Amino acid sequence: MAKQRVKFTFPTELIKEPIIYRLCKQFELVPNIRRADVTEDRGWVILELEGEMGEIERGIQWVIDQGVRVDPVAGDIVEG
Amino acid sequence: MSYATHLRCRECGRCYPLEPVHVCEFCFGSLEVSYDYQALGRDVSRQRIERGPLTVWRYSDFLPADREQAVDIGAGFTPLLPAQNLGEALGLRRLYIKNDCANPTWSFKDRVVTVASTKAREFGFDTLACASTGNLANAVAAHAARAGMKALVFIPADLEQGKVVGSAVYGPTLVAVKGSYDDANRLCSELADRYPWAFVNINIRPYYAEGSKTLAYEVLEQLGWRAPDHCIVPMASGCLLTKVWKGIKELAWLGLVDWAHTRMSGAQAEGCSPIVEAWDRHSFNIRPVRPNTIAKSLAVGNPADGYYALKVLADSGGSAVAVSDDEVVEGIKLLAETEGIFAETAGGVVIAGLRRLVAQGLIQPDELVVAFITGAGLKTQEAVLDKLVPRLVIEPHLASFEEAIAEHREAVAAGRQTNRGEGHG
Repeated sequence: MAKQRVKFTFPTELIKEPIIYRLCKQFELVPNIRRADVTEDRGWVILELEGEMGEIERGIQWVIDQGVRVDPVAGDIVEG
Repeated sequence: MSYATHLRCRECGRCYPLEPVHVCEFCFGSLEVSYDYQALGRDVSRQRIERGPLTVWRYSDFLPADREQAVDIGAGFTPLLPAQNLGEALGLRRLYIKNDCANPTWSFKDRVVTVASTKAREFGFDTLACASTGNLANAVAAHAARAGMKALVFIPADLEQGKVVGSAVYGPTLVAVKGSYDDANRLCSELADRYPWAFVNINIRPYYAEGSKTLAYEVLEQLGWRAPDHCIVPMASGCLLTKVWKGIKELAWLGLVDWAHTRMSGAQAEGCSPIVEAWDRHSFNIRPVRPNTIAKSLAVGNPADGYYALKVLADSGGSAVAVSDDEVVEGIKLLAETEGIFAETAGGVVIAGLRRLVAQGLIQPDELVVAFITGAGLKTQEAVLDKLVPRLVIEPHLASFEEAIAEHREAVAAGRQTNRGEGHG
């Protein structure tokens, strides 16, 4: 089993969508939320996803396809 | 010796031993190095610092690595220049330029990488790694060469050849990553988890970031052990701004300078300004963006330290400003033409930002201001290439020269006339 720490940033139009619930129903993944800040018009969630590596990658791609921004928890790694 | 004692989570405050870790196991907050300030206060003096080498290692007491084992190619102790000409152009009477173009690989990244590589070697790593479009890659490749370590440098596949040379010459393994900037970010995050490398801005980041504090120490020492009234710093991840502030506060806490209530202001390019955008909304919540600016060294769309940078701006009474790419080019030219310093695009952002802050009355003419120029212009020549005065081409005899120079002078005079006309129009 692999683990990956990620940050989801939700645009306003997806705030009401149960994205994390659907992610874990559709893929064999266990979420573990560590920090979050969600208001009526925006939000971010920092969480760990546990599952097979391929399943994590497919799940993250699905989240991106929904319109959620997915970043490493450490922020951008590519620097100038 | 180092007075570093432990790592501390910036979110929940949990403490960790000094190991190659960067996030809190509980809340995934970022970790920062803490020091024994009581012992520092007892042992460190201006004289002790002044006896040190003319590099960042002069301030080794405030760094989390051992000076005796330093991977040192001479980073730091760069010039602090009074900038009278630029000051006159901007309306500032006491302006200084901290010229970090004068580092071994021509950017401030040498400061952070000398600390990161020293600590990595101390931890027993044999490979130094990073993902970068320029300055960081240069510094990592050079320090790894000096340290006798292997270097792995990840670059975007479409990076211009000219930018590859400044890293490739030191002999690292260069890996060109196809795909988007976000893809490269995620890949490097996964690689850092999987391989036993010292990824300077991931698992070594708490130590790496501390190297930036030396910019503050130097400025304060070079000003005759006093803090400036106002600092203007370029913002990418926001880390540099927070560490310059930390450095100023540390010297003030320890009584090495008088507390001067320095205000910290940050500048970004409009094409990538998530920190300024949050500042303008009066929010501490950063909205990540997709970068689109010529200031590539500041093109961090999801800034890791954005929140902390906003706190520093607010706590210090500073401000944040974003400038257009055209202003960036004007800023580069203005600095070059007034002070003889050719900065990269990040420097153009700082000078253009400074101009705006003065015009808006957010910096007063009498303030002692330090502008941080973090990298040299030869790295980003393409930014100004088509904005320069065309050269005179002549035949190899006197008459041709005299004819050309006369025409040139007429054109310059006409240009001035036109500018004056426009200026008053």
